[in-house]
Amino acid sequence: MLEVEKLSSWYGEAQALHGVTLQVREGEVVTLVGRNGAGKTTLLRSLMGLHKQTEGRIELRGRDVSRLPAHRRARAGMGWVQDDRGIYATLTVEENLVLPPRVSDRAWSLDAVYDVFPVLADRRRAPGTTLSGGEQQMLAIARVLRTGASLLLLDEPSEGLAPVVVARIGQIIGQVKESGVGVLLIEQNVRFAATVADRHYLLAQGRIVDALDNDQFVARQQDLLEHLGI
Amino acid sequence: MSDVLQYTVQGLAAGSFYALAALGLAIIFGVLGVVNFAHGAFYMLGAVTAAVLLDTTEIGLWWALLVVPLLLFGFGVVVERLLVQWLLRLDPLYNFLLTFGLTLLLVDLVKRKYGVSGLPYERPEVLDGRFELLGVGLPKYQLFVLIFSIAVCLVVWLVMTRTRIGMIVRASTERPELARALGINVGRWVTPVFGFGVALAGLAGVLAAPFRAITADMGNDFIIILFAVVVIGGLGSIVGAVVGGFLVGLVEAFGQAYAPTYAQILIFVLMAAVVLVRPAGLFGREETA
Repeated sequence: MLEVEKLSSWYGEAQALHGVTLQVREGEVVTLVGRNGAGKTTLLRSLMGLHKQTEGRIELRGRDVSRLPAHRRARAGMGWVQDDRGIYATLTVEENLVLPPRVSDRAWSLDAVYDVFPVLADRRRAPGTTLSGGEQQMLAIARVLRTGASLLLLDEPSEGLAPVVVARIGQIIGQVKESGVGVLLIEQNVRFAATVADRHYLLAQGRIVDALDNDQFVARQQDLLEHLGI
Repeated sequence: MSDVLQYTVQGLAAGSFYALAALGLAIIFGVLGVVNFAHGAFYMLGAVTAAVLLDTTEIGLWWALLVVPLLLFGFGVVVERLLVQWLLRLDPLYNFLLTFGLTLLLVDLVKRKYGVSGLPYERPEVLDGRFELLGVGLPKYQLFVLIFSIAVCLVVWLVMTRTRIGMIVRASTERPELARALGINVGRWVTPVFGFGVALAGLAGVLAAPFRAITADMGNDFIIILFAVVVIGGLGSIVGAVVGGFLVGLVEAFGQAYAPTYAQILIFVLMAAVVLVRPAGLFGREETA
């Protein structure tokens, strides 16, 4: 569903990504693992069309989106959850949910969102940023699910959250996967990554240095923790 | 007591012009990130257009309140497409150069055509004279300006808080990049938003026409006070623009009544005090980088 070929990105003169090639299939959860500064966030931003200095080919469900502006990539089915969750303070919880347009039949109804995330229903009239960190993460994920995105780009959804909330997010990622959505996930929490993902890409200095399936990943967990410093 | 009521109404009426214009400035800054130094010139154009309409076609105040903002909206759209759109990719310095240069150009064009002596404007008879309130005779026109402006601010506020367009404007103001990543074509709203902001400045100009001297330079002092208003209210904040506008109007009116020499200075003292306590303004948000 997502085919990325030789994606390179620059910040001015400095090259941040060097010819990254990767795939995410339908109903597959894939993590990007690597140290801080390895280029993980730059990769997601480049996929989303938010990083201007980018070269390479990005195909979403057979369609070349690499020349499209960000809002058209979103409409083509990409759903981005940024690392700070990106909840609007000037919008209520419900407005945060209904702001993005629906992009496919897969789109969740507001009722479905409130069934799965009852806390959002209780706080629907409150400004988005009055929610707790975990609730904001739920809201950010619910917001892209409501659009019916076919590919989720999640930038460290577990960061800074209590274990019980992380587990809940793991369940939701599992449900999303069941429905055939592809998920590309940045994750520093190796244990969490091993519980939710099918495959893993190791990113170092802007290059994919290894691709592992989950069994290999679990077997090398200790080694990864030490050598990647993650 | 009667003095206080009189100055309050006078201050709020003067504040109405600031509130309406600052509202336009705030919405433009929010969505485009452009600080529009030409806003005073658009205010002046509003007043001059109203005066010219009355003189040449006998279109009076009532129709001018509708027609002039529409004309200014059209003018704003042209200015945005022709000039302002190029700023969005450039260093903020160009923003100052362009909008300030535009001010000089518009002011001089109006001077060439209509001179410097000021155009006359007669208000409708029904707004002449005074209205008795609590035993105080208050100028009817000031009351009209006040009520009309509050109604316009209220409508804008309802649009901003209750409609999808308002939601998109708020989202694009707060985090434009995220709005795009969520599938919103922010660029499509830029031109109408600029036009709308210019129309509000023009509307303030029409309301000021029967009340102030209509000259090419009338926007020059206005824009300076207007920046004090948006700094006090919080740049980009819609509620802040309106509250700041009325607040500055009051300070100006009471200053002129009780300490005329210090009236202008008081506004900037207020601004400095607000910035010391709340650097982002009364209703502004601290940047979360």
